[in-house]
Amino acid sequence: MATAANTTPKLERRAVVRTLLAERGTLLVIAGLGAPAWDATEAGDHPLNFPLWGGMGGAAAMGLGLALAQPDRRVLVLTGDGELLMGMGSLATIGVQRPHNLSVVVLDNEHYGETGMQPSHTKFGIDLAASAKACGFAAASVVTSMQQVTALRDDIHRAAGPLFAQVKIAADKLALVLPPRDGTHLKNRFREALLGPDAHFRR
Amino acid sequence: MQPPDAFRHIPRVAPAFTFVLSPALAPTALPPAPDYGPIALSPKRASFADLVMPVHWSQELHALLRQQNVRQVSFVPDAGHTALIRLCEADGGMRAVRLTTEEEGVALAVGAWLGGDKSVLLMQSSGVGNCINMLSMLSVCQIPLTMLVTMRGDWAEFNPWQVPMGHAAQAVLEEMGVLVNRADREEDILPLAEGALRISYNTLRPTAVLIGQRLLGAKTFDQ
Repeated sequence: MATAANTTPKLERRAVVRTLLAERGTLLVIAGLGAPAWDATEAGDHPLNFPLWGGMGGAAAMGLGLALAQPDRRVLVLTGDGELLMGMGSLATIGVQRPHNLSVVVLDNEHYGETGMQPSHTKFGIDLAASAKACGFAAASVVTSMQQVTALRDDIHRAAGPLFAQVKIAADKLALVLPPRDGTHLKNRFREALLGPDAHFRR
Repeated sequence: MQPPDAFRHIPRVAPAFTFVLSPALAPTALPPAPDYGPIALSPKRASFADLVMPVHWSQELHALLRQQNVRQVSFVPDAGHTALIRLCEADGGMRAVRLTTEEEGVALAVGAWLGGDKSVLLMQSSGVGNCINMLSMLSVCQIPLTMLVTMRGDWAEFNPWQVPMGHAAQAVLEEMGVLVNRADREEDILPLAEGALRISYNTLRPTAVLIGQRLLGAKTFDQ
């Protein structure tokens, strides 16, 4: 299917993520397993990043739980097309809850990057943005230019969500930039940064 | 512009410290019973509409969740949880999250915990199978979650398709590092649920209480 999204040159993923995480302030970030986690780490590892190494399909639902727990903070789920496809139902779950502070951004290279670059469903034309809109997201778009990425960064911080964006990126495999993989450490550092040193004494 | 969100105005109250597991809550501590309409519990021959837990179990569980400061209650609707779901939905201090599949509730619990919220997942035994891989995160990250599981396939089951997962539920959960207790008597439900919540949030582990089918009544499909 030859659409504008399929014929436009694809964006460079690291530039996209650096732009999305620029001046992140108090943003809370969940990065889906694989390349999105490396991209988020390359942009600058941060205690308020929770990079996943498993739980495929769970990133968006995880973002929902975080957004509901912290209604005064902006939450960004940054994930891949394969990971999001495994949890499509969570789009409906999010759409019912309609958290205004949640954004789900899919870095769509149309492939499963960690398992041998096999094509994903988006390569065959599956439209995640339209799915999100149908599931009740306040706004959902396919992003193909860096100008749109800059606007998306602002929306993540300011717009009334839940927001969804499907960012079409090139399928290049880039150098690994690995975050910590100790899940307990990642959880603790996130909670300490968000909830303060009191985090471990809460009942 | 941020529309008002009623949920954010609910004050977070630290529960009072207690020394021992409490006995069944005194009737005066329970919230007033909403009108659910006619609910009959008839284990021998229940119609589909009768498959709810007696209202007082659900009230006690709901009161327990409140007392333990559980904020997010997720579920794929199950007949056995009908009354508890309604109570949680009506509770302005909780967020009842309707899931499309049970594993979303496990991921939700991870996000909730990162944000400082306790959560509980309500499901039927068939949903346990959907959760398997997602449960890995709870062990790896030491994140607490209590699961309340209504059993199918373990007593007077009519539907053969329910039996395998009902039979496997406990073993599957335990293989994934979940501490499991079974309630096969009515008087065990609340103490086991309280114990599960306390272990979970004190020791940062996942726990599950399996509520036996005999306590809920079996769907007979009018056969």
